[in-house]
Amino acid sequence: MARAEAQPLRHHIENTPADQFFFDRATTVRIDDLNRGTSLSGRLAELAGRSVLIATASQLTSGLALIELDGVARRITILPPDVDPAHLGALIANAEVDAAVVDSDTSALFPNLPLVVTCAPQIVPGKRVPAAGPATEWVLLTSGTTGVPKMVIHSLAGLVAAIPPQKFSETLVWATFYDIRRYGGLQIFLRAVLGGASLILSSAGEPIADHLGRLARHGVTHLSGTPSHWRRALMSPDIGKIAPRYVRLSGEIADQPVLDSLRAAFPNSSVGHAYASTEAGVAFAVNDGLAGFPAAYFDGVRDGVEMKVIDGSLHIRSPGTASRYVTAQSGPLLDTDRFVDTGDMVEQRGDRYFFVGRKGGIINIGGLKVHPEEVEAVINRHPLVRMSLVRSRQSPITGAIVVAEVVLKPKGEDTPQETQVKDDILKLCRDALPRHKVPVSVSFVPALAVAATGKLARRG
Amino acid sequence: MSLRLTIIDQMAQVALEHGKTLAPLNDDLPLLDSGLDSLGIAVLVARLEDRLGVDPFTTGEDVQFPVTIGDFVRAYENGAR
Repeated sequence: MARAEAQPLRHHIENTPADQFFFDRATTVRIDDLNRGTSLSGRLAELAGRSVLIATASQLTSGLALIELDGVARRITILPPDVDPAHLGALIANAEVDAAVVDSDTSALFPNLPLVVTCAPQIVPGKRVPAAGPATEWVLLTSGTTGVPKMVIHSLAGLVAAIPPQKFSETLVWATFYDIRRYGGLQIFLRAVLGGASLILSSAGEPIADHLGRLARHGVTHLSGTPSHWRRALMSPDIGKIAPRYVRLSGEIADQPVLDSLRAAFPNSSVGHAYASTEAGVAFAVNDGLAGFPAAYFDGVRDGVEMKVIDGSLHIRSPGTASRYVTAQSGPLLDTDRFVDTGDMVEQRGDRYFFVGRKGGIINIGGLKVHPEEVEAVINRHPLVRMSLVRSRQSPITGAIVVAEVVLKPKGEDTPQETQVKDDILKLCRDALPRHKVPVSVSFVPALAVAATGKLARRG
Repeated sequence: MSLRLTIIDQMAQVALEHGKTLAPLNDDLPLLDSGLDSLGIAVLVARLEDRLGVDPFTTGEDVQFPVTIGDFVRAYENGAR
């Protein structure tokens, strides 16, 4: 599908309102100041035409660097905060990174790069660098893979394809519980930049009460997060301090209880849940207050987006999908018809479709991904375990939680009590795995189904 | 064991497993200030469902997310009725 060229991000702030700010926990930046200055210590020109890794610790400086670098750099790779530093070398090599933008917390990470530029929230006078060459490539990292994250190439035109044209006529204040360096959060960042709206950024480790207090103080009008973020907010006594007009959920399955609770908490707001993935882009938003989405969404082309189901998995073709992975080893991103296989499994009930989990059984626990195989490998280390199956169990708090079914070897004379074995298995898991990967329960079963492929049969 | 004691007992158990310290509990204490985070509360709700056969935050007509310890205990008391 042909993509319209988008004006560089810089262009969108030229006539921005004087009261457009980016806020984080520590700092406030007036975006209009970027029209006369730079956050990049006056060194933007040195980054022209380069493949730049944005590797600041703070979301705020990442956002400022994105505005300045789009249209100037050849390629921008956005580093999310939770990437294993052991993977940095491979990411830099694969994306042919030859410059990094850092802040004081990350300045020592890249001793071998030819150019490292510091980004600071203090805007200093600086010359503008005219946009030149082809549109900048935006590279986003996927989550949920083991090993080096996959790197996905987008264009700004594709990233903003789902954002409706916005006027500067009213004061909007966007906020996201999500990090703007992941696809879902980046959508909110772009909505703010294109709409001349202020943006309130989250801070890792900030208590929910403090965060809600900041959202209230800056007058949040549009607020986005995953269902797990929202459930946590709904459990806070400070939820009543905020009154957003628009409440958005994405990144996880929005179930009916969380939608109903948000409607009750914000009776005057519109509550919508959106579906997007790093590879597929934004596919649709659902605004009728119900979980799942209408089957009619599969009819024809809606806002440029086409969807189909193959073997239970949702496939999407749209102007918002990524074009390819940076490396060929990551496989083709699009099939021959330019559809993306999202790996999200759907099921039709009546005239609606519902998400039922991930292909391959990956479990999403409040935004943290778990591969069942890695938990099974730990359980299977126990000398009395024959085999095990780790699967997801629904949770009203984190969406899902991990449970294990275990087949024991035949009992011998000195086999300990089952409760003892269960405790030993859980101890193994606790010692070897982060908390969210430890099964909440272990049940012993006589057998586990094995599919014709010889692999464990995984449901859903 | 009373419902309340079962819940408190399980809270202490989850806190122990997650290496968290439980705050002195009272009915007005926000659940998120109890020492358990979202994951801890998710584990607690699953354990209580296994033990009591009810998850008041998934089933029922009018699901309310619990804000305080009192809300949390009452949800189970109402669910058990």
